Amino acid sequence: MLHNLAQLPRYRGLIQSLVARELKARYRGSVLGFFWSFINPLLLLLVYTFIFAFVMPAPKGTDPYPLFMFCGLLPWTWFASSLMESSGVLISGGNLIKKVLFPAEVLPIVTVSANMVHFVLALPILVFFLVWYRAPLTFAELACFPLVVAVQFLFTLGCALILSALTVHFRDIRDILSNILTLWFFATPIIYSYQFAPALARRFMNLNPFAHIAISYQEILFFPGPFGHWKWLAALGVVSIVWFLAGYWVFDRLRDTFAEEV
Amino acid sequence: MNSSSSGARPAIEVARVIKVYRRFSHRKQFATLKSALLSRSLIKNLKPDETFTALNDVSLTVPKGRTLGVIGRNGSGKSTLLKLVAGITKPSSGTVKVDGRISALIELGAGFHPEISGRENVFINGIMLGLTKREVAQRFDEIVDFAEMQEFIDAPVKTYSSGMYMRLGFAVAIHVDPDVLLVDEVLAVGDEGFTHKCLDKFAEFKRRGKTILLVTHSLGMVERFCDEALWLDGGRIKGSGDPKRIVGAYVTDVQRKEEDELAAADARAREGADTAVVSPDQPASAVLPDDPTETAAGEGDMFRAAEGRWGSREVEITQVDFHGPDGQPGHVFQSGSRVEVRIHIRAPLPVDDFVVGIGIFNADGTCCYGTNTYIEELAPESLAGDVEATFTIDALDLVEGTYKVDVAVHKIDGYPYDYHRLLHTFRVKSRVKDVGIYRPRHAWRFSGDVRFKDAQPPLSPTPRDRQS
Repeated sequence: MLHNLAQLPRYRGLIQSLVARELKARYRGSVLGFFWSFINPLLLLLVYTFIFAFVMPAPKGTDPYPLFMFCGLLPWTWFASSLMESSGVLISGGNLIKKVLFPAEVLPIVTVSANMVHFVLALPILVFFLVWYRAPLTFAELACFPLVVAVQFLFTLGCALILSALTVHFRDIRDILSNILTLWFFATPIIYSYQFAPALARRFMNLNPFAHIAISYQEILFFPGPFGHWKWLAALGVVSIVWFLAGYWVFDRLRDTFAEEV
Repeated sequence: MNSSSSGARPAIEVARVIKVYRRFSHRKQFATLKSALLSRSLIKNLKPDETFTALNDVSLTVPKGRTLGVIGRNGSGKSTLLKLVAGITKPSSGTVKVDGRISALIELGAGFHPEISGRENVFINGIMLGLTKREVAQRFDEIVDFAEMQEFIDAPVKTYSSGMYMRLGFAVAIHVDPDVLLVDEVLAVGDEGFTHKCLDKFAEFKRRGKTILLVTHSLGMVERFCDEALWLDGGRIKGSGDPKRIVGAYVTDVQRKEEDELAAADARAREGADTAVVSPDQPASAVLPDDPTETAAGEGDMFRAAEGRWGSREVEITQVDFHGPDGQPGHVFQSGSRVEVRIHIRAPLPVDDFVVGIGIFNADGTCCYGTNTYIEELAPESLAGDVEATFTIDALDLVEGTYKVDVAVHKIDGYPYDYHRLLHTFRVKSRVKDVGIYRPRHAWRFSGDVRFKDAQPPLSPTPRDRQS
């Protein structure tokens, strides 16, 4: 496993070009092209804003609501689409695994990376909202932003490796996954604020890795005051490294079965 | 395999490899994660119920710079062997060692993405096959030229014809400049011209001392192109060594199998005809048309390609068999060889009105030849007891194919004693794939400045006797 892991940097070029291909291919033939990376989250945001402005009262402590939501929604979209796509990525890339000598772990890595690029492409909208609402930003807090992204990347990659490998053997994972992700979304403080959740719910939320990622984004970008959640984030960073290694281990164990099963 | 090149490490070394594929038959039915979790058999379920041994104790060594051709029937493990050498699958036991960069022409253009242009796909495919971006850029023009794709290289790959797709895939794979090239039956790419280009490229590879492992059904290619041949049968090595010898042995074996199949089919056809028309205990006359008009109807059947047997059995054909040039009975013959049809006839009571006839039909039902003793002005006098009629064909000048034979004994007016309609089968093999019904003895002669490459197979039929 360690040997294979050490090979990973060698596939940099391959991963880069595959991510580029993924992005190009996705918008090939559509009129707006890359703009969809902006428009999609924007439209989703409009839906939620409409609901919480006109249908339901916005949760406490989340004003201005669009900015609050955006801080959690963008990372969530990256996370959720990475998992959904990576669960099928070995099967759809079966031709490569069966017919070409190809390092299979490149495929989930490409999926997570391509979705990260979408996340990055949507950031200008977030910046726009930050400026629009005159969010209380400090430089020290912003410096932590890449760290959160890195932690999320590792954590997502660990999930993606496990999911992609297991889905080869159990195709039902894809169906279960969409439901789990819906539940997970509502269990994470994205459309509501962690601070104002009931104490019991907060205790459960502390067990939810993605809650800490979302809270970190919100503290850095939305809430005034220092980044108080950093201890949790540091702990999650360590957990994510372990989780990534565990994911890679599972993937590596099942590697030899891919060519025969997909 | 004689690893003659001493000292140097072999390019490919496969040692006692066993490859077992697992079949998950029962899991396919119930397999869900949920049921696996519920029955707590997640681990158990990952174990196979049934196994299939694709390769069984295969060892081979290919020295550097040699070309090895792998032949064998479908399902004999050829492609599995190639995938193992390529490293795509791992052996269940044993070791596979390959020295140098591999390029596997197993499925061409396997990594192409349909939505993006040929240009971008060439880059990505090249990188997938182990080149760096710069290396692809250096070879890009050469690749496009080789694939003859200059006009379409910027169009999305989904708009390509299958030939273009394969050509581009081939061009990329071949320009990876591997030390070891693995080829799986991919020469059926594009038109004649392109195939020749591929062959030239292979020849160039050989000249440059690269190692090639070729899996193919084209025996001619193995004979012409390979230094050594390996014959796989049911996952085991059945023979290896000189390509001509191995191909010869393989062809003989294929013929023997065909022979057995034909013999079995023949027996089935006769059995079917016997039980369908006349069951043995029934008096023949009860079923048979005594009425001449019905006989005529029977003769009308001649032109319907239905197998059958009819006749009064006053005279009976007890057995029909074919004998090859060596006098041995058989069903598969080389075109142009001497063949005897031996017809065993039994007449319990002597008859003085009889005609023995034979007809040969090809797969379309076209009568290739038909004759009988009456047409050939042999006036019948008497036939009694057990006799054998031998119909000798000096040279079976038919093109390759399966032929069915009618054999009959009847009266001069057509009243059938015993009529075997398409009940006997033989097959003609030929090294030359000419077409038609009849192959006249022929030769090509040219005057003036006409030359042919040595590599071309001889056009004049040189029937090689595989049976000896």
